Amino acid sequence: MGSNILVSVFILPLLSAVSLLFFWGRVRTQKVIGGVFISLYLVASVIQFVFVKSSGSITLDVGSWPAGIGIGFIVDLLSAFFVLLTSVVAFLSYFYVTSSSNSSSKISVFLPVFFFLIFGLNGAFIAADLFNLYVWFEVMIVSSFVLFTLGGKRAQLEGSLKYVAINVFSSSIFLAGIGILYGITGSLNMQMIGSNLPLVENRMLVSIAVTFFVVSFGIKAAIFPLFFWLPSTYHTAPVGYTALVVALLTKVGIYALLRFFTVIFPLQGTLFQPILLVLSGFTMVVGVLGAAAQTDFRKILSFHIVSQIGYMLMGIAIYTPLAIAGAVFFVVHNVLVKTNLFLVSGLVNKLFGSYKLKELGGVYRKFPFIALLFALSAFSLTGIPPLSGFWGKYILAVAGFSANQWLPVTVTAISLGVSLLTLFSMTKIWNEVFWKPNPQVVEPNFPRQSFIIEVVKQYPGMFFSIVTLTVLILILGIFPNSIIEVCMEISNSFFHK
Amino acid sequence: MDILLAILTGLIYSVAIYLLLHKGMVKMILGIMMLGYATNLFIFIIARITRGLPALIPENADSFLQAYADPVPQALILTAIVIGFGIQTFAIVLIRMVYKTTGTSDMDKLSSTDKID
Repeated sequence: MGSNILVSVFILPLLSAVSLLFFWGRVRTQKVIGGVFISLYLVASVIQFVFVKSSGSITLDVGSWPAGIGIGFIVDLLSAFFVLLTSVVAFLSYFYVTSSSNSSSKISVFLPVFFFLIFGLNGAFIAADLFNLYVWFEVMIVSSFVLFTLGGKRAQLEGSLKYVAINVFSSSIFLAGIGILYGITGSLNMQMIGSNLPLVENRMLVSIAVTFFVVSFGIKAAIFPLFFWLPSTYHTAPVGYTALVVALLTKVGIYALLRFFTVIFPLQGTLFQPILLVLSGFTMVVGVLGAAAQTDFRKILSFHIVSQIGYMLMGIAIYTPLAIAGAVFFVVHNVLVKTNLFLVSGLVNKLFGSYKLKELGGVYRKFPFIALLFALSAFSLTGIPPLSGFWGKYILAVAGFSANQWLPVTVTAISLGVSLLTLFSMTKIWNEVFWKPNPQVVEPNFPRQSFIIEVVKQYPGMFFSIVTLTVLILILGIFPNSIIEVCMEISNSFFHK
Repeated sequence: MDILLAILTGLIYSVAIYLLLHKGMVKMILGIMMLGYATNLFIFIIARITRGLPALIPENADSFLQAYADPVPQALILTAIVIGFGIQTFAIVLIRMVYKTTGTSDMDKLSSTDKID
């Protein structure tokens, strides 16, 4: 039963991508097929999550080889939870894109690649051995290369060049790290490496391997000082195409760090704990200061991704059950909120034709409802109760202040200060985009007097995604209990084996 | 043999990093390729090299009777080569596109996405 669920969740995106390739160029058919598959995928991952929650993790050893020889997959609660998160965001961004994009040739390329990306994400979350994780990372990044370059505008190509180079570099380091770990432990399976690693005598080599993984996952997750590729890439491509990439790719880096530092190399009391703490502090501060200087809607949001990654890293680095639970909760909160903010920026761009703060304005006067949707997400990102960001930051703050060492306490205090600066940037977007009068002499090209109803009619999918995400954020904020319980269960599973 | 290979790997790594840091786009592609080769060689060496002992179980035995060359790193390298090949192909097409659109192969001039305007 369990492995059937695992296989169906796993295979659905691949099946979808392959069948979409058969209908290359026939956009209407492709949209229907994609819609059916993405809905099936959502349902399947909900079933998987419920199954794992009630009857424990699912393991699958491909070809019935014993674990450690063949390729293995494990879906534990963390994997199932992240797969569920992926499917929700993928589902919503699918409808966002299919209703917003008019160019049929681009959407025809986009749809299969989008499903390959989901396939890669799904695989990365359930891989049980390190090399397998590497392969899924590659599936993911190659898909994201295509999504970032799709359209071929100058800015996109410039951004992608840097993105490709830094990702290839990161993958090579990752692979070298895997090589070292295999060389000293004789295994690729994460559990086995974890149990063999304390017995290794050459601690120097272990430290080198761990450093390789920190650098490689750090590039993927965009932590300080390895994040510079992110703000120069994420704002270049059309929002719909890259919503899933923007939402989840950095979080896969965080997921990999979390797995690595709990299963393979327990972080507690090692040299890497203070290093990660300091890095997380810098990530938060530098990200938010970078955002303060920007004048582009999406560039501000991109820098905020970096800043928020710092919070998640801080949760991992504090390394208590509560802190890890906080980090997982923060990932969920951040994926939903960040996706929503990006989608809103895309909708504003659709209506007003720009991302530049200078050229935008007056959105509130024309579309107060869109302004409300933005404000809810922005408040949530800042961490104003009772929205979801508050709970994430609250859990992390409690965990940090109860750590009773000066370093975690300092970093937690910094994180609270960063929230204030986040509020500053959100206010800046609010003032420039929504509040101030529209600077353009020529009215943007949307029908007069029709306002919101016309917009809903014109872009039903975009509206559906944004409203659903906002509702999810509100639910997560007002009823956080059940999600926090899941996060606690996940983090407890790492500490009590 | 091991020492020679180790030095060679180090050399290839340094060449790769040098090429990646260069501002020419073609040099970047070469750097990516070199980095892939260096990593593959690195895995090959760090998983211990064994000479003349293929991973074959003798005809009338159930398990290995003596030390054997581990086939797993070779399988890893094979996979990594294939993945690297795909990425290199993409990167080559990408620099061609970048060159056609921007008219320059100087990476220092491709900084418009980093600027604040």
